[in-house]
Amino acid sequence: MKKEHNKKCSLLATESFGSFSASVMAVLVGLLFGLVILLLTNPSQAVYGFKAILFGGLSDMKNLGQVLYFATPIIMTGLSVAFANKTGLFNIGASGQFITGAFAAVFVGVKVQSLTGVSHWLFALFMATLVGAFWAVLPGVLKAYCNVNEVISCIMMNYIGMYMVNLLVKNFVFDVRKNQSMAVAKTAVSPKMGLDSIFKTGYSTSSVNAGILVAVLAGIIVYIILEKTTFGFELKACGYNREASRYAGINEKRSIVLSMMIAGALSGLGGALLYLAGSGKSIEVLDVLAAEGFNGIPVALLGLNHPIGVVISGIFIAYLNVGGFNMQLYNFAPQVIEVIISVIIYFSAFALLMKGFIMRLAKGKEEK
Amino acid sequence: MEYIIEMLGITKEFPGIKANDNVTVQLKKGEIHALLGENGAGKSTLMSILFGMYQPDKGVIRKNGQEVKITNPNDANRLGIGMVHQHFKLVHNFTVLENIILGVEDTKYGKLEMSAAREKVLKLSEMYGLMIDPDAYIQDITVGMQQRVEILKMLYRDNEILILDEPTAVLTPQEIDELINIMRNLADEGKSILFITHKLNEIKSVADRCTVLRKGQTIATVNVADADKEQLSEMMVGRKVKLQVEKEKSNPGNPVLKVENLSVKGRTEGKNSVNNVLFEVRAGEIVCIAGIDGNGQTELVEAITGLKDSIQGKIILNGKDITKMPIRRRTLSGIGHIPEDRHKHGLVLEYTVEENMVLQSYFEPRFQKFGFLRFDSIKEYAKGLISQYDVRSGMGEKTVVRSMSGGNQQKAIIAREIDRNPDLLIAVQPTRGLDVGANEYIHKKIVEHRDSGKAVLLVSLELDEVLNVSDRILVIYEGELVADIPADEANAQELGLYMSGSKRREQ
Repeated sequence: MKKEHNKKCSLLATESFGSFSASVMAVLVGLLFGLVILLLTNPSQAVYGFKAILFGGLSDMKNLGQVLYFATPIIMTGLSVAFANKTGLFNIGASGQFITGAFAAVFVGVKVQSLTGVSHWLFALFMATLVGAFWAVLPGVLKAYCNVNEVISCIMMNYIGMYMVNLLVKNFVFDVRKNQSMAVAKTAVSPKMGLDSIFKTGYSTSSVNAGILVAVLAGIIVYIILEKTTFGFELKACGYNREASRYAGINEKRSIVLSMMIAGALSGLGGALLYLAGSGKSIEVLDVLAAEGFNGIPVALLGLNHPIGVVISGIFIAYLNVGGFNMQLYNFAPQVIEVIISVIIYFSAFALLMKGFIMRLAKGKEEK
Repeated sequence: MEYIIEMLGITKEFPGIKANDNVTVQLKKGEIHALLGENGAGKSTLMSILFGMYQPDKGVIRKNGQEVKITNPNDANRLGIGMVHQHFKLVHNFTVLENIILGVEDTKYGKLEMSAAREKVLKLSEMYGLMIDPDAYIQDITVGMQQRVEILKMLYRDNEILILDEPTAVLTPQEIDELINIMRNLADEGKSILFITHKLNEIKSVADRCTVLRKGQTIATVNVADADKEQLSEMMVGRKVKLQVEKEKSNPGNPVLKVENLSVKGRTEGKNSVNNVLFEVRAGEIVCIAGIDGNGQTELVEAITGLKDSIQGKIILNGKDITKMPIRRRTLSGIGHIPEDRHKHGLVLEYTVEENMVLQSYFEPRFQKFGFLRFDSIKEYAKGLISQYDVRSGMGEKTVVRSMSGGNQQKAIIAREIDRNPDLLIAVQPTRGLDVGANEYIHKKIVEHRDSGKAVLLVSLELDEVLNVSDRILVIYEGELVADIPADEANAQELGLYMSGSKRREQ
């Protein structure tokens, strides 16, 4: 019995468990804070509203499907930010990579008619990945060779990307009536793979599609690259200690550029998965940066930059979003819902600071 | 017997470690008392307690027999206790005088009043033979001078008890001699000096008594005149230590490394940090580059290993020109490099021991297959090195390197670099910050590497190490090699003259 207890204690003190429990704590604190905001804004409906957030995503199969649909793009941008973080870079340019990738996918989806069947879709994804990676080359090169802070160059690339995509959409794939990009060909839309028949309530189907599988697959691949391969070993070494990597003969400049490109590719693919989802979403010609890019940052943070963690936290945040829609039933204005969700997300990320605290607590207990 | 300061039964515990365990040190008036111990023996903690930076868990401090409480450095100052830290606390763009009065300035109507201070500083400087210029800027004076400014700072504040933390670590042999004279002068004038060190020579030459600490405990307090160096080191380490490196005479073979007219650009325009350097290292010999820090050793090594570009000259390894080769190919051509700064270059601190052990070889077929790391063989390899080189850590090969002690981090690097069996081993200050026991071990490994017929290029700032380990000594001064002497013909005095630039070989 004694032994058992010791085992438990050492489990508490392990790094991964500490991280995991910190994430859970963070989420709980975030939710609590959200409840406080609810109580302040609309006390009579607060409890119902909170219930809607908590259980809305689980209320029926359709809603669960919607959760997965909303999770797809932010998992991708979350992976993008997490990958860059693991390799010592801060990819705040996910937004630009996301929208340029999305445009590439839409362009292929509308203009390339020669491809049939699923190959059309795959080609669109491939081009989006490529363009997303390309959009990250410049910040990577500037960082590696001129020591220009990637945050600054990424932000500039975000704006260049947004305005350029607006221009390109208007010039090539514009639907004048809706002030947005044209719908893509049927063959370019993500296949449903039967998911729609699982995630439906009555005849009302959800928008879930193969995109979520691609996102999960991407998470697994990123995990394998980072943790199992020599390539990931090099990239992480550069992230942790650029000078030591140089000493060990790793081409640290190349590694930085490649890290940025992979991060960009993930974001670009995310853009494609959102706009090829077949849910009727098109690129709108607005002077607004793609929010999915920035949402990737809290997703990565909450997932502790671990690829599998990112998949989970992406689903969690999408879950809050879907729950939030249900709050409209209780007379909450959409803006208030947005605020509450943001508060939960950001407070969760904040509360991760408690990670160190928990670790120390667990260690202290073990000694006694 | 009258003691000016007594620390009795001091115990100080940090989470997981007893830094001081019932330690007693008694300082007589007018004596020079050395505090001897390895790294981690608790010397610094003890002095921090005396200087008021930590509070002891148990034990008392007495001054002139009266119990005192020291809760912060200001208390210490009031009691006449001053400290010179290992890293000086000076403002570089202030003058000597400004630094000395900093914190205790006289003012008149809000304006600085310096004339009285200047007089006092000059008087003190003369009295103790410090020879300082009050109007010189700190950035323009030598490290030895800066140390005297620190000592003057204490004297200016009328401190009677002076704590010196590893005062000789940064000095040349000549400067050390001068410091020893100054310390004697101070003691003759009735000041009491407590100085921390792990160098036995200094204790023998200057201290009256010596307290030895080991693992947080007082081992003994002895009269220095009654103990010899071997006894002191045995007390310090807890076992017999060979101070003299045991080695056969070298038997140099073919040249392994040839450096021809190599120059490296300096940080400031127009001045090369390495200038037209020419030398060779042959198989089976240890060549040491001696010199005061900042005379181009770092840049020279970085040029050879490829971390820095050279602007002129050739580097030839085993007959192959490697001047333009990238780092990885140089490493594979047979260079092992124990870098000067283990945290900056030698290790990825967030990685585990096993990951760091393969930092130079993870790409070899034995550690990867189709680009996937072979964790089993990496683990096995790391375990082998850990036991062979006695790398100690909390969780074996899975320990994150950041959490290990400096000595064990260094051992890990040495294991990695020597195990690759390089034709040329470049070791830059391999014992920096390590204690006698670890020094002995590392020196032994370096000599073994030489004896297996390989070439070793050693860069060191410590004259003991230079004289003890090497077969041939090159002295570098302002980026140029000014001496090339067989080790058995060299002595510290002569090397010191070369190192300070007062002597150079005939061209």
